[in-house]
Amino acid sequence: MAKRAAPEVNAGSMADIAFLLLIFFLVTTTIETDSGINRKLPPTDEIVDTPIIKERNIFTVVVNKNNQFLVEEKPLEISEIREQAIAFLDNGGGVGDEACDYCQGAKDPSSSDNPEKAIISLKNNRETSYKVYIAVQNELVAAYNDLRDREFVRLNPLLGLTFVEANKRYADPRTTPEEKERLKPKLAEVKLMFPQKLSEAEPSKNN
Amino acid sequence: MAKFKKKKGGETPAISTASLPDIVFMLLFFFMVATVMRDNTLMVQNTLPAADQIQKLDKKDRVMYIYAGKPSSRYADKYGNQARIQLNDKFATVGDVGAFVLAERASKRQELQNVLTTALKVDGDTNMGLISDIKQELRQVNALKINYTTRVGDYTQNMKN
Repeated sequence: MAKRAAPEVNAGSMADIAFLLLIFFLVTTTIETDSGINRKLPPTDEIVDTPIIKERNIFTVVVNKNNQFLVEEKPLEISEIREQAIAFLDNGGGVGDEACDYCQGAKDPSSSDNPEKAIISLKNNRETSYKVYIAVQNELVAAYNDLRDREFVRLNPLLGLTFVEANKRYADPRTTPEEKERLKPKLAEVKLMFPQKLSEAEPSKNN
Repeated sequence: MAKFKKKKGGETPAISTASLPDIVFMLLFFFMVATVMRDNTLMVQNTLPAADQIQKLDKKDRVMYIYAGKPSSRYADKYGNQARIQLNDKFATVGDVGAFVLAERASKRQELQNVLTTALKVDGDTNMGLISDIKQELRQVNALKINYTTRVGDYTQNMKN
């Protein structure tokens, strides 16, 4: 018997098969938008003795069912909220033990003592629209981020990063453990200077 | 002269398609790697609101998703046009959220059970009442880390109707 060479497999249809698979994956692909605003809910256990908070240390934001804003009892446009929140957080009106040496605000005695005491209280109606709520949340987080950026750059001028960028790098799984170790105390320091104290009241049914 | 004429007379050679499968395979592998398979089909409208102060959600196995919004047009005649919650592949009520979270938590690996995040994928036009109810339920089962999933964009997009 003469040895016959095995016939070559015809690869002409390979492209068709690959195209078929390609189209399948093209159709099923959804580029997921998995990013958003992180929040922590308060635990349910009742606090027995509610701490007494001075009125001047609370910045109230109320959103009504028509998506209008009331900030510190004054109607306001959303574009002004960030500025107002920064002015409130950065006020540093305290004296003595409560003085804030890194604040650059107006030191108004009728506004917050220092950023550690300052609380932003957000109250919304049950009929407030979710996207407006997210817009407010976004602006309030932006106020904190702006201030944290400022302090972070002031404390670490050689790093060339803002707080937000450093935080992103810290959360990135590709960052080396050594770099994370280096960033961690710096981030924690700035977070302590401007702790995010955002309280949310239970939504009201009326007004 | 004759030599030149000979060359001109030749047919234009066909473009070789031998590398076509390679190119297609390259694309195929790209999409295979980049694809995230959707594990639930959306039954609600889900136009996420825009925000720019956002953080990326970490690994997918540490996240559970709660969808909410008006039922999409296919389901509108059956389920009405009031905003509803979708858990996995079913419409659910607020009371089901707690059980869902506990079930999801139990299905994850032990070391991940304490670091789970609940991603709220809620349509922008939903009323806050529903979201507050969900949040109360999440507090009851101690799922305190939440993420309002948003699109990347300026907040002013949210103010238009």
